[in-house]
Amino acid sequence: MINLSINGIAVSVEEGKTILEAAEKLHIHIPTLCYHKDLCVAGNCRVCVVEQAGVDRLVASCATPVNEGMEINTNSLKVRNCRKHIIELLLAEHNEECTKCYRNGHCELQTIAADLQITNQDFIDLVPDQFYSIDSLSPSIEKDDSKCIRCQRCVRTCADIQSVGAIAVAHKGAEMKISTFYNHPLNEVVCTNCGQCIVHCPTGALVEKSYVEQVWDAISDPEKHVVVQTAPAVRIGLGEELGFEAGTSVTNKMVSALRRLGFDSVLDTDFTADLTIMEEGTELLTRLKGALVDDNPDVALPMATSCSPGWVKYIEHKYPKYLPNLSTCKSPQQMFGALAKTYYAKNIDVDPANIVSVSIMPCTAKKYEANRPEMKDSGYKDVDLVLTTRELAVMIKQAGIEFDQLNEENYDSIMGIGSGAGLIFGATGGVMEAALRTAYEIVTGREVPFENLEIKPVRGLDGVKEANILIENVLPEWSFLEGVELKCAITNGLENAHQLMESIDNGDRFYHFIEIMACPGGCLGGGGQPFPVDDEIRRKRMEAIYAEDLSLPVRKSHENPEITQIYQEFLEEPLSHKSHKLLHTSYVKRQPY
Amino acid sequence: MTTKTKQLNRIDLIFKNENDCKEILQKSFDRSHEEIINEMVNSGLKGRGGAGFPTGLKWKLTAEETEKKKYVICNADEGEPGTFKDREILTRVPHKVLAGMAMCAKIIGAKEGYIYLRGEYKFLVPQLRDELKKFHKIMDELNLDFVVDIFLGSGAYICGEESALFESMEGKRGEPRNKPPYPTQCGYLNKPTVINNVETLAHSYTIMKYGAKKFRELGVKDSWGSKVFSVSGDTPIPGIYELELGMSVQDFVDDFGDGDTKAVQVGGASGFLVPRKRFAKSHIGYQGKLTGVSLPTGGSMMIFNSSRSMYNVLNNYLDFFEEESCGQCTPCRVGCQQLLKGIKAVKRGEKPAAYLDKLLKLTDTMRLTAKCGLGQSVANSFSSIVENFREEMIY
Repeated sequence: MINLSINGIAVSVEEGKTILEAAEKLHIHIPTLCYHKDLCVAGNCRVCVVEQAGVDRLVASCATPVNEGMEINTNSLKVRNCRKHIIELLLAEHNEECTKCYRNGHCELQTIAADLQITNQDFIDLVPDQFYSIDSLSPSIEKDDSKCIRCQRCVRTCADIQSVGAIAVAHKGAEMKISTFYNHPLNEVVCTNCGQCIVHCPTGALVEKSYVEQVWDAISDPEKHVVVQTAPAVRIGLGEELGFEAGTSVTNKMVSALRRLGFDSVLDTDFTADLTIMEEGTELLTRLKGALVDDNPDVALPMATSCSPGWVKYIEHKYPKYLPNLSTCKSPQQMFGALAKTYYAKNIDVDPANIVSVSIMPCTAKKYEANRPEMKDSGYKDVDLVLTTRELAVMIKQAGIEFDQLNEENYDSIMGIGSGAGLIFGATGGVMEAALRTAYEIVTGREVPFENLEIKPVRGLDGVKEANILIENVLPEWSFLEGVELKCAITNGLENAHQLMESIDNGDRFYHFIEIMACPGGCLGGGGQPFPVDDEIRRKRMEAIYAEDLSLPVRKSHENPEITQIYQEFLEEPLSHKSHKLLHTSYVKRQPY
Repeated sequence: MTTKTKQLNRIDLIFKNENDCKEILQKSFDRSHEEIINEMVNSGLKGRGGAGFPTGLKWKLTAEETEKKKYVICNADEGEPGTFKDREILTRVPHKVLAGMAMCAKIIGAKEGYIYLRGEYKFLVPQLRDELKKFHKIMDELNLDFVVDIFLGSGAYICGEESALFESMEGKRGEPRNKPPYPTQCGYLNKPTVINNVETLAHSYTIMKYGAKKFRELGVKDSWGSKVFSVSGDTPIPGIYELELGMSVQDFVDDFGDGDTKAVQVGGASGFLVPRKRFAKSHIGYQGKLTGVSLPTGGSMMIFNSSRSMYNVLNNYLDFFEEESCGQCTPCRVGCQQLLKGIKAVKRGEKPAAYLDKLLKLTDTMRLTAKCGLGQSVANSFSSIVENFREEMIY
């Protein structure tokens, strides 16, 4: 342990810790901007500078490791003057349109400026000289350089967490900016639309493209029947925007709020998550039969999940030769969209042309996914408008709803019942666990051999998780699987996906089935979820999801009564002709930059 | 000022025509590593790039690292405005620089070395390649497993900063790293690395040949030896001169000025401006505040006569820094822009004269908080010019 003192208070921390971490232990707050717990240290904003006894220059507390006997002052005159100067400098190059900004009230720069009471900033405004323009061509992400403080959190996120590298630093000096390949708009580069840059951005420089106004318009139009679906991870994230602790599930209040907002029907993406399990589980068993019985060399294994549109675009850009490995299943959002304007429309007898299909997602890539040209199998655009969890919170606030006072209400039907298996899609490992709960039972006639159906090896925030499930005493029709050890891997965050794909590509690893989610922690840590985020918050959200799964009456997709119903009334059976038309899709190779 | 001063003394050591590198290296290789390190430490040689870190100590610290892979890098990214002496050294006596590298490699245990050559010096590559061929032959003959290659920079000033230089060599954007860790522990490819200026390496050859004692016959306390200066500006005799350290600026001006010298910029754009009234009291060396600014390549002496507007001079420096800041840290990126726009606004009357005081405070923040030497040293020229020539900034 290293002993030091901060503001005269003694503290001991492990060797290798930074001054900032030591101060945290003493509950001494040092403001930071470029620092983020998810990311490597940059030390470039210089807001966290502190005074070290015996050293003339100030040191960046986020980047300076502790030393024995160090005496630190976080609040000397020198520190206060410099820190104030630095914030003033950042404000001088920042487009201070706070009241017009999407991040108003959620902006880290704004918060520090308020804390330090920067009231007499009179440096020269640098914004007008730069001829900024907003890149709003992507259906998911908007980038406004005039609000960028060059902390590079987005750059580190895109490169280190996501292994994408769509955004990087270009130019130097006064012209230094965060840019893309040849400064192309985000919709033309390798960007996967995952939105992790947004949740890691301290200001409003990177935000999701908002469709709130269009949703209000649709709701206000008496001709339109507006259906809304809510993704699994929204219900355990939304509360954070509305005054609840991280890890609070607000499912039934959310349903109630959506009704008050004026949606005609409040339905659940968990339902199509269950449907995904039926289709994807069957697809996996079909592929296994093709490989094990028919010895068909065209069968691509491992089969990879396709629920995460960030991951889908990543593999299209970076590993196009593995596109046959992607499950052909659409994501639950898109399955829902295709069914909303067919099965659902017919059921409630509404002209699908008058249905507006809205989805609430923890994700910005879903906005892109809904706009993929092939997503029109219902004959219309399957999903019309996609909002993030944050945008839903905006609507709730705009409508003046006192969220914590709402009654608990249930989803509408049909397409409003989800099982616990569908719900856990929101956490990394969830699709795998849900698939195993169903596939194992189909093949053996028995439940998965785990207490409370909790398949612990696939859970948690680890980068790459592996699970081998031995299949024994199978039902006669599945005899080819007798004794087969099903090899599975689960990963979250695209850097981990990159590692996994490399290990598969170079032959180090072989799997039958892999689940990949683009965002750290899975959808619960998605790019559309509330600010801020770190591992602790992700863990709390994850606990909330699994707790809710445990409390639900139906916890296996194939036992969802609405699933049984839709196959009886509409789809016939998994991988039927109709399923193929509505619920499955194809992929395209994209450029690697 | 208690510093001992020296008369202006022209020296001929660096460029002296000597072709005995192999013999000198052979002689040194026969001595123990400890002996050589002591020789280097005792010589009192300080980094001639400008920062003035003791060279012997740098070698010693790197030698003590247990990591197997180590590197020696010659910093030839000579980018400081007004500096052109490394080009001359590499043109005329590259073998001395390489001998210095070989010596360092032997002591610290490096097998690979690089010359990080400024992009604008590309024309030197063919002759350096020829020199390397001869050098590698000598290495074979001396049985030292040490290979040197040339890495060509792309023209960014910041890449002369050692950690930005490593980033650049690693194929990344040239941005300074956080320190600690220092290059002696964690340099190129995160391996212990000695990075020395061209001139420093040439001096280490001199020390090997003549000994530390002889080296210390030149210079004054804390600033031993001689130094190569790039003399430019309002002088009838611009060029490269090797001078003994410790001279006063007055003596320098007496020799090199045009009789009408108003001020001398010591150490390039990142150095200090010395006005006429301070000529006698200011000395060239590493002991005081006046040289030894922590940025690549010391030794630039720019002479201004009374026809020069110091506003234009400062404007020119700030233009340079505004463009050459890497842009990563706030004080440097935004600070340089504010200083440049600020003096213009004062000149045009858009800001009151008192705004200069606000800018002076800003340079203090930049000095205290910038991530690397670039942002830290902008304060040097700014404050020394604004404080001494305030009227010229306003009217």
